[in-house]
Amino acid sequence: MLAEKYPEEIKKIFAKYPPEQKRSAVMPLLYLAQRDQGYVTKSALEDIAGILDITSTDVAEIVGFYTLYHDKKEGKYRMQVCTDLACALRGADQFLEDLCGNLGVKVGETTSDGMITVEAVMCLAGCDKAPLFQVQSSQRIAYHENMTVDKTMELIAALRKSGREVE
Amino acid sequence: MAYLLLRHRDLPDIGSLDVYKRNGGFEAFKKAVTGMKPQEVIDVVKASGLRGRGGAGFPTGVKWSFIPNSIWPHYVVANADESEPGTFKDREIMEGNPFQFLEGVAITAYATGANAAYVYLRGEFWTVAALLDAKIAEMEKAGFLGDNIFGSDYSLRIFTHLGAGAYICGEETALLESIEGKRGQPRIRPPFPAVYGLYGKPTVVNNVETLTNVPLIIDQGAGWFKSLGTADSAGVKVFSLSGRINKPGNYELPFGTTFRQLIYGHGGGIPDDHPVKAIMAAGASSTMIVADDKALDTPMDYASVRTLGADLGSASVIVIDDTVSLEWIISKTIHFFTHESCGKCTPCREGTFWMMHLIDHIEQGSVTKENVDLLHSVAKQMQNKCLCPLGEFATMAVTTAIERFPADFAPSKVGGSHD
Repeated sequence: MLAEKYPEEIKKIFAKYPPEQKRSAVMPLLYLAQRDQGYVTKSALEDIAGILDITSTDVAEIVGFYTLYHDKKEGKYRMQVCTDLACALRGADQFLEDLCGNLGVKVGETTSDGMITVEAVMCLAGCDKAPLFQVQSSQRIAYHENMTVDKTMELIAALRKSGREVE
Repeated sequence: MAYLLLRHRDLPDIGSLDVYKRNGGFEAFKKAVTGMKPQEVIDVVKASGLRGRGGAGFPTGVKWSFIPNSIWPHYVVANADESEPGTFKDREIMEGNPFQFLEGVAITAYATGANAAYVYLRGEFWTVAALLDAKIAEMEKAGFLGDNIFGSDYSLRIFTHLGAGAYICGEETALLESIEGKRGQPRIRPPFPAVYGLYGKPTVVNNVETLTNVPLIIDQGAGWFKSLGTADSAGVKVFSLSGRINKPGNYELPFGTTFRQLIYGHGGGIPDDHPVKAIMAAGASSTMIVADDKALDTPMDYASVRTLGADLGSASVIVIDDTVSLEWIISKTIHFFTHESCGKCTPCREGTFWMMHLIDHIEQGSVTKENVDLLHSVAKQMQNKCLCPLGEFATMAVTTAIERFPADFAPSKVGGSHD
């Protein structure tokens, strides 16, 4: 139960919003749930609904609407490559294709060791530093800019070795 | 000229509170709180000619003056959702020069009578939010936030709120819905946020870059600010330059700098000296500018860019050279807007879907006049019918690419060379 496990964090989240506007806490609480389990579980939905006095459907629609919330377990690290217009003009599509080739996965798939899910995403506000991607884990989101496939494979090797994120 | 917004490029440690204070930091906030009435602050910003830097270019002081004194409390919300493809200026400002931005938030809150302000950051800016949280804590400790600021009876708290991946939350009413813990779908306007904003209370929503200008204006005066830029567009602007360009990046320049100066002078020209074919001045939501000599020599200010049948928007200049087909460009923008359509209004939800269907069809080889005309027609029918600007934005590149670059939609051209 989130409420029992993270009382201090939840108190801090609520302190940001007017007391009568508890629902505002739904997004930070979903990040907390994701940090706890790696994705938003069914029981976390109900937990959050209980904390906020709304229905679990109300919480689920937030998970469904925003792309950084996940209701399924995927790779430990989501490697989200921007392939939008400005990045594609700097070779992002080719980068993604080569990266997938190197990893032996298709876009959206996870490596067989369960470590890396490769995704194509829309715009990360880093168009001048393409190719770029962000690595989303349960703990944080980190940008990796001006990347090459070789540099990315080194990063992945380091992630696999340490099991932790490295800069 | 010294940097005014990207000050970290002159002073790399400006993100440290001591360095910021030593360089005049929080003097403007102090001047406002201890020496000026809120209305006087609004009047100075009005007189400065500052216009919103998020894309709409609406006069900032005028926006503030819409806040009614009959309904309380008031809120200030900084729009740090920066999600327009081609735009990457606000992240650099917040990471490099965070206190000037936060001081701008504070002065704006004082001017509009708000005791609470929120910074809404797109979810991808996780590290930026963590940085701002640390800077806000430093300001609280130093007495720049909290109760009785500078010994006055004014109190203010600033909070960050992290989104979770949705372009539409850059639209101000969708952003407010998102803070309220709902799906980020735009509200029907009116009422506007100035009257019915966050939690149904009067709210000012301003872009990060807009807010970062405010301390400068209070410090150095409206006349000084007006002397920068052009008659129509006062001050400097951070231009985000990307696409087919040798030196992409942010360039802080006075309004009125020409496209040619930006692309060739600052941006170092096009790889392999290819000619510029088209320019998108406002990111993915731009109309297509035909990059002839007249366009290249056009000053980048709100009024001049309009003479090219385009908008300056947030000044996210995407350069397209002759190696790229415009058909491929609009395929990218259509897929973007289809993904980001929030689904609330029918013209946008259905229109973007059908545009995607058609452009996919065209890309797969069914490039007939009928299909291109139908795509143009679908886009035209969306215009002026959508609930919020996203739906309009989705059509801009489509209609103008087809109208201004017909050769790129001829059967032999589609599927041509590009990355």
